[in-house]
Amino acid sequence: MMISQFFVLSQRGDNIVFRDYRAEVPKGSTETFFRKVKFWKEDGNAEAPPIFNVDGVNYFHVKVVGLYFVATTRVNVSPSLVLELLQRIARVIKDYLGVLNEDSFRKNFVLVYELLDEVIDFGYVQTTSTEVLKSYIFNEPIVVSPARLQPIDPAAIFTQGAKRMPGTAVTKSVVANDPGGRRREEIFVDIIEKISVTFSSSGYILTSEIDGTIQMKSYLSGNPEIRLALNEDLNIGRGGRSVYDYRSSSGSGVILDDCNFHESVRLDSFDSDRTLSLVPPDGEFPVMNYRMTQEFKPPFHVNTLIEEAGRLKAEVIIKIRAEFPSDIIANTITVQMPLPNYTSRASFELEPGAAGQRTDFKESNKMLEWNLKKVISQRKQGQSA
Amino acid sequence: MTIGIDVSSVFGEMVMCSATSDIVLKKMCYLYVGNYAKGNPDLSLLTINFLQRDCKDEDPMIRGLALRSLCSLRVPNLVEYLVGPLGSGLKDNNSYVRTIAVTGVLKLYHISPSTCIDADFPATLKSLMLHDSDAQVVANCLSALQEIWSLEASHSEEACREKESLLSKPVIYYFLNRIKEFNEWAQCLILELAVKYVPSDSNDIFDIMNLLEDRLQHANGAVVLATVKVFLQLTLSMTDVHQQVYERIKSPLLTLVSSGSPEQSYAILSHLHLLVVRAPFIFAADYKHFYCQYNEPSYVKKLKLEMLTAVANESNTYEIVTELCEYAANVDIAIARESIRAVGKIALQQYDVNAIVDRLLQFLEMEKDYVTAETLVLVKDLLRKYPQWSHDCISVVGGISSKNIQEPKAKAALIWMLGEYAQDMSDAPYVLENLIENWEEEHSAEVRLHLLTAAMKCFFKRAPETQKALGTALAAGIADFHQDVHDRALFYYRVLQYDVHVAERVVSPPKQAVSVFADTQSSEIKDRVFDEFNSLSVIYQKPSYMFTDKEHRGPFEFSDEVGNISITPEASSDIVPAQQYEANDKDLLLGIDEKDENKGVSNNNGSAYTAPSLESSSNITSQMQELAISGPATSATTPQSFGFDDLFGLGLSTAPAPTPSPPLLKLNARAALDPGAFQQKWRQLPISLTQECSVNPQGIAALTVPQSLIKHMQSHSIHCIASGGQSPNFKFFFFAQKESEPSNYLTECIINTSSAKAQIKVKADEQSTCQAFTTVFETALSKFVSLTFDFVSLCY
Repeated sequence: MMISQFFVLSQRGDNIVFRDYRAEVPKGSTETFFRKVKFWKEDGNAEAPPIFNVDGVNYFHVKVVGLYFVATTRVNVSPSLVLELLQRIARVIKDYLGVLNEDSFRKNFVLVYELLDEVIDFGYVQTTSTEVLKSYIFNEPIVVSPARLQPIDPAAIFTQGAKRMPGTAVTKSVVANDPGGRRREEIFVDIIEKISVTFSSSGYILTSEIDGTIQMKSYLSGNPEIRLALNEDLNIGRGGRSVYDYRSSSGSGVILDDCNFHESVRLDSFDSDRTLSLVPPDGEFPVMNYRMTQEFKPPFHVNTLIEEAGRLKAEVIIKIRAEFPSDIIANTITVQMPLPNYTSRASFELEPGAAGQRTDFKESNKMLEWNLKKVISQRKQGQSA
Repeated sequence: MTIGIDVSSVFGEMVMCSATSDIVLKKMCYLYVGNYAKGNPDLSLLTINFLQRDCKDEDPMIRGLALRSLCSLRVPNLVEYLVGPLGSGLKDNNSYVRTIAVTGVLKLYHISPSTCIDADFPATLKSLMLHDSDAQVVANCLSALQEIWSLEASHSEEACREKESLLSKPVIYYFLNRIKEFNEWAQCLILELAVKYVPSDSNDIFDIMNLLEDRLQHANGAVVLATVKVFLQLTLSMTDVHQQVYERIKSPLLTLVSSGSPEQSYAILSHLHLLVVRAPFIFAADYKHFYCQYNEPSYVKKLKLEMLTAVANESNTYEIVTELCEYAANVDIAIARESIRAVGKIALQQYDVNAIVDRLLQFLEMEKDYVTAETLVLVKDLLRKYPQWSHDCISVVGGISSKNIQEPKAKAALIWMLGEYAQDMSDAPYVLENLIENWEEEHSAEVRLHLLTAAMKCFFKRAPETQKALGTALAAGIADFHQDVHDRALFYYRVLQYDVHVAERVVSPPKQAVSVFADTQSSEIKDRVFDEFNSLSVIYQKPSYMFTDKEHRGPFEFSDEVGNISITPEASSDIVPAQQYEANDKDLLLGIDEKDENKGVSNNNGSAYTAPSLESSSNITSQMQELAISGPATSATTPQSFGFDDLFGLGLSTAPAPTPSPPLLKLNARAALDPGAFQQKWRQLPISLTQECSVNPQGIAALTVPQSLIKHMQSHSIHCIASGGQSPNFKFFFFAQKESEPSNYLTECIINTSSAKAQIKVKADEQSTCQAFTTVFETALSKFVSLTFDFVSLCY
């Protein structure tokens, strides 16, 4: 149940924060960890798994905005508990600092240590709720101006796996007061969906799945109760049957395969009128996660055509078609395509008249990127490389 | 923390500074003191004074912080100053201070156990745990007590009892009924405790499951997994409910996989992987969830591929293989290789082989080195299992130029096929000849071994064409610096000299198709990993003793989990106590089948096909491996610690047939052991001996029901505690006790009536007399015949 050390390393392996709770792990664990992660060679994998063991010490890490959050222990603990905890520590620190990066860490290290002392005592987790922590924490965060941040690439959300959208709310500290001393009563509710669709080469949909989160970030004072009404025709599939059976039985309405809720959510009236009631704790938290495999119309259609143009050259034509109503506009879209390791060069040709589009070949991870600022419905966009 | 600058020189000034009333400043001082006190034990004495004063401050925050800093100093000679503030901290009316005091007690215990015990802190913690109104205080008490009593239990009986009392029904229900008051982390703690609780009856089980059902909808994966573990362990003895549990937990786990960061999904997926491998049929319809997405990290993809192979069955093989074939062209080469291997594994599972073989052969036409290499290895394995496909495969394989293959494994596979199917491949001798000519450039010993064997096989089929090449190969082989290559070449040479026909029988006997490839992980290890569900064991896919040292084994160190061998308490002791156990019969039978296969074909990929004579030696090695594995496993839990070498020595001594006659062992005829104790011991003790002996066929004939053997063994003071199985495999658990002292011998005996063989595994309290007991046991078993003979004759 307990962890021995917690530390945060920068991408270059610099020690940003380090706390030893139980003094069981020999010195130098940060270097051991970093070397292992950077030069991971085992079983042909390029990436180190989030959990590994070196000389009886178990290292857990999660990557959050390029920083390594690491915990070590000698005990055979529950892996998901530690990984969940690391993720949660990152979230708490972000709630306080507003922005997570090396700079904000360094400027606020006393506050971060103060937080770490309250979150974990002697290796045992005490609390990770920003709400509870607020009464124990006395340092004021030094806010790093979000303007100095690089804009977060929306595509990075999915490649990082985290489901967080950039918005004005996200970079504001939960505890710090706005300059001018006034505090705005605000609550942000984001619905973030990750839609995975596989198209066959002829354009048919092979698999489709939606993983969604309703995320809240509350700046409300006095903890009022909030009610969140969902679609009334929402159904939740109950165990037993295969999720793929629903296709035949589905009439109208949205059918979720399964969902889970944050611990503050009360489900008293959920069965009757699909309403969630909750007293939102301070900070950012997911209200509900859900998953569905019901058939739906994907927002985009992707068409590709690959032609080998000679021995060492291939031509790819990518077309995407937006399929949503014309009053909706999609912003900041990125199309990525992994290329073989031996690709040395890529050239692009955009459709004539394409504005606000950018193409790029990322040498380091052999990735072809195509950024579109805006996509209005029913327009086909073409690109060849 | 100070950007690497050592600021310990200002320690004195900092101590002065901490007299401030500003809490922010004070906290910084505490932080400083906590960091540097260990390096300055003399100076820390200074801090004690003000920390003690702060422990009496009006502000509970300051009281708490001071107490925490005081306990975190980790300076042994200052412990006397801790007891007073801790005592009052535990009685403080503010819950924040109490929470810190409870953890403080644990810190004190780690600095000086005797001070902690002498102050009677554990008892105080216990009453706090049962009566405090604050959930976090209660949770900290629980974790502190668990740690203290686990460490104490090794030398104090009282601590042992106290530790057991945590698992009593009232305590467990006290926690479970209030579980919603605790935060998510404390919930995990409680659930981990509940796993070890042994419910009294099935109502008890259902009560707990009802209490915890809604925990499965929690957004925190750790809570859900801990709940899943409780459910799985509770229902182990109820097969049908156990199945329902699988159904129930499937959906929440799949949601968790897709809702967290890749790291979190990895942890959840590893657990799903374990469940999928255990019960593939339950997940067979959900195979699409295991399809890989292009942006997933490779460690997630790898798990998913393994799960896809596990769930493949008649109905979904086609789709899965189609999907896997897409991955084979993946830009990520490691994943592409993995997926080809996955296709091969599915083919070996016997579903829809026809289509898969076609697919594999298409891979060969893709003309990518790594695809070809992986595929060749698979085709070789497939041919061993399905010789009927040789015609199709060989025609394609024959078209591959050996020059394009560099990887040793693939090269070895190709060479094996050249040797095996020399008569079907017109240019086989010439290809081999070419390869042999480049003997010097061949760096892999494995390839050279295969070359030798292939040359031999080819020679038996097409002697005139191969003779020259074989001569070159043998000459080169005998001159080889690698010991194995040299030995094999010499052996072939001498066998050929002796008699060509004998050589042919040795090197190239008529082969039977392999029906089942041996599983690499023994089922015992798999069961152990399952027992340690929701721990790192699942991630590493090995039990905890293989990667942790004994003092850090955590919750599994002293736990007596309910294992896979479910023994129900016996009702009457007069009648032969033989219980049937149903849930595991299948497992058991499978286990034996695998072992038989193992003996027959040998699981060694490399040299095995050509050297059936190795059989017995590989058997010995496997025995030794078993011993070696079980050795460190349980040595931590046995009271008498014995060296690893000892164990190994024992293992070796079983191998040669003539053993020195051991001293006679007297067994207690009225020995008694209750099933629970047996189970616990069986888990704790290492396997002292594994042996195989044959049973007289006449005895086998009498063994139509297990009772006959049980009665017989009882007459030799060896008592049966459980038995099961049906013809041809019977499994018995026996125990015996020494006449004079309460030293137990536990035995697992698996009798296969068709092969008339018995496999015996002995575990003993006392290692020294183990051999003697085994002899007694075997003698008793061998006498089974005559007795039943009498028995039979009496009947007529």
